[in-house]
Amino acid sequence: MRLTGEKKFCDEITALSGQPVISCYQCGECTAGCPVAFTADIMPNQVTRMVQVGLEEPVLRSRMIWLCVGCETCTTRCPRGIELAKVMDALRETAVARKIKPSEPSISTFHKTFLDSVERMGRVHEITMLAEYKLRSGNLFSDLLLGARMFLKGKLALIPEFLKGRSDIKKIFNKTFGK
Amino acid sequence: MRYAYYPGCSLHSTARDYNLSTLAVCKQLGIELVEIPDWNCCGATSAHALNRDLSIALPLRNLAIAETMGLDVIAPCAACFNRMKSSNVAVNENPELLARMSDLIGMPYSGKVKVLPLLAVINEIGTETIREHVKRLLENLKVAPYYGCLLVRPPETTEFDDPEDPQSLDNLITALGAEVVKWPYKTECCGAGLSISKTEVVLKLTHDILSMAKRAGANCLATACPLCQSNLDLRQSDVEKAYGEKYGLPAFYFTQLMGIAFGLPGTSLGLDKLMVSPEQVLTTGVRG
Ligand code: SF4
Ligand code: SF4
Repeated sequence: MRLTGEKKFCDEITALSGQPVISCYQCGECTAGCPVAFTADIMPNQVTRMVQVGLEEPVLRSRMIWLCVGCETCTTRCPRGIELAKVMDALRETAVARKIKPSEPSISTFHKTFLDSVERMGRVHEITMLAEYKLRSGNLFSDLLLGARMFLKGKLALIPEFLKGRSDIKKIFNKTFGK
Repeated sequence: MRYAYYPGCSLHSTARDYNLSTLAVCKQLGIELVEIPDWNCCGATSAHALNRDLSIALPLRNLAIAETMGLDVIAPCAACFNRMKSSNVAVNENPELLARMSDLIGMPYSGKVKVLPLLAVINEIGTETIREHVKRLLENLKVAPYYGCLLVRPPETTEFDDPEDPQSLDNLITALGAEVVKWPYKTECCGAGLSISKTEVVLKLTHDILSMAKRAGANCLATACPLCQSNLDLRQSDVEKAYGEKYGLPAFYFTQLMGIAFGLPGTSLGLDKLMVSPEQVLTTGVRG
């Protein structure tokens, strides 16, 4: 493994996240409380270590950065005051910017589909969003029963709500997502 | 008391029962909620998963509109509350970011609007006043108070309650005459938005939470977040199937419990929308 450019990568993530990744001393507190660590490939404390030493590719290709649900448990408990959830955000954003194929495609597809719904209507419309997600993920038959249960309980809005300020929202998307 | 009300997307669809019960109990308590006109989605987990600027700008547009109303904001959804508050904190820490973001949303914003979770406002009113409104004591209800993550974490952002052992919901439940179950999973994460994209993770996490609540002696849960509620309630039968364990634990919104104690009719609280029927715990657990 090459360890070149470590400083550059660490600086980049530090700047984007606003978090002093370099001050992590590997106590493991973040990993101990992380709800998704049990299913992840690398642990939260390994994420900070890999950023510190510039293991850029493996960390950006990890499943961990996509599995992170942003629950802020690590952020709350880190004795070094590192908001690790923000570091995870920065890594995901970097992975997307570099067009690195997400190792958890169903999760990244979900996020994209969700945001596309917001971009179009200003709010999320579950039925169209879920249908679109199913088409994009190829996961056509999962959760049909769940959908039916929700429908019967009147928990799904049939008609989408469109915002008057839709053009404001489009503008925000254009300027941030660079579409 | 008058507040700008931010229901968020869930309370207009999957969490309609949270919306109904919130409006009903606020009315009882004399809290006037004025919905933010033309509010947009806060971006939820997905915006901050992919783009920091987007995750700040989307909530900020709502805050800028609230500012024109001259009111502070109540967001009952813990996830929306967290996103709006994070966005507010970020622009308050950084004037340059505030300027850039106001430009982005095309609206002026001072950064001064306060964002509060509904539970904070109820807490402020105090248990004395709550008790005065109670017409039916929720006796025999053994409630596991489930705060989830985003309502109390991280404390520097939420500025609400204790991140490891919060008390506001506990105190409220006690004031309603129900029993609070002591359990260690008050703030454990339910898997949040992974329900659709990574169902097995949510099943495992909610299994842990539900079986812990059961072991601690709870006969229901109280929640303050549509994501938590749907993972625990909507997914409960899936979890039971996957883990071969029967829970039968209704997962109420805390506002529904308040409404029941206040003597409001079940339909005005959306009780019919709960997947795990609350009928049994309510017939044995409510007096008066
Ligand atoms: S809790 Fe903080 S200091 Fe400890 S390993 Fe995690 S990031 Fe590093
Ligand atoms: S924010 Fe992400 S990394 Fe941190 S504890 Fe939660 S899931 Fe794990």
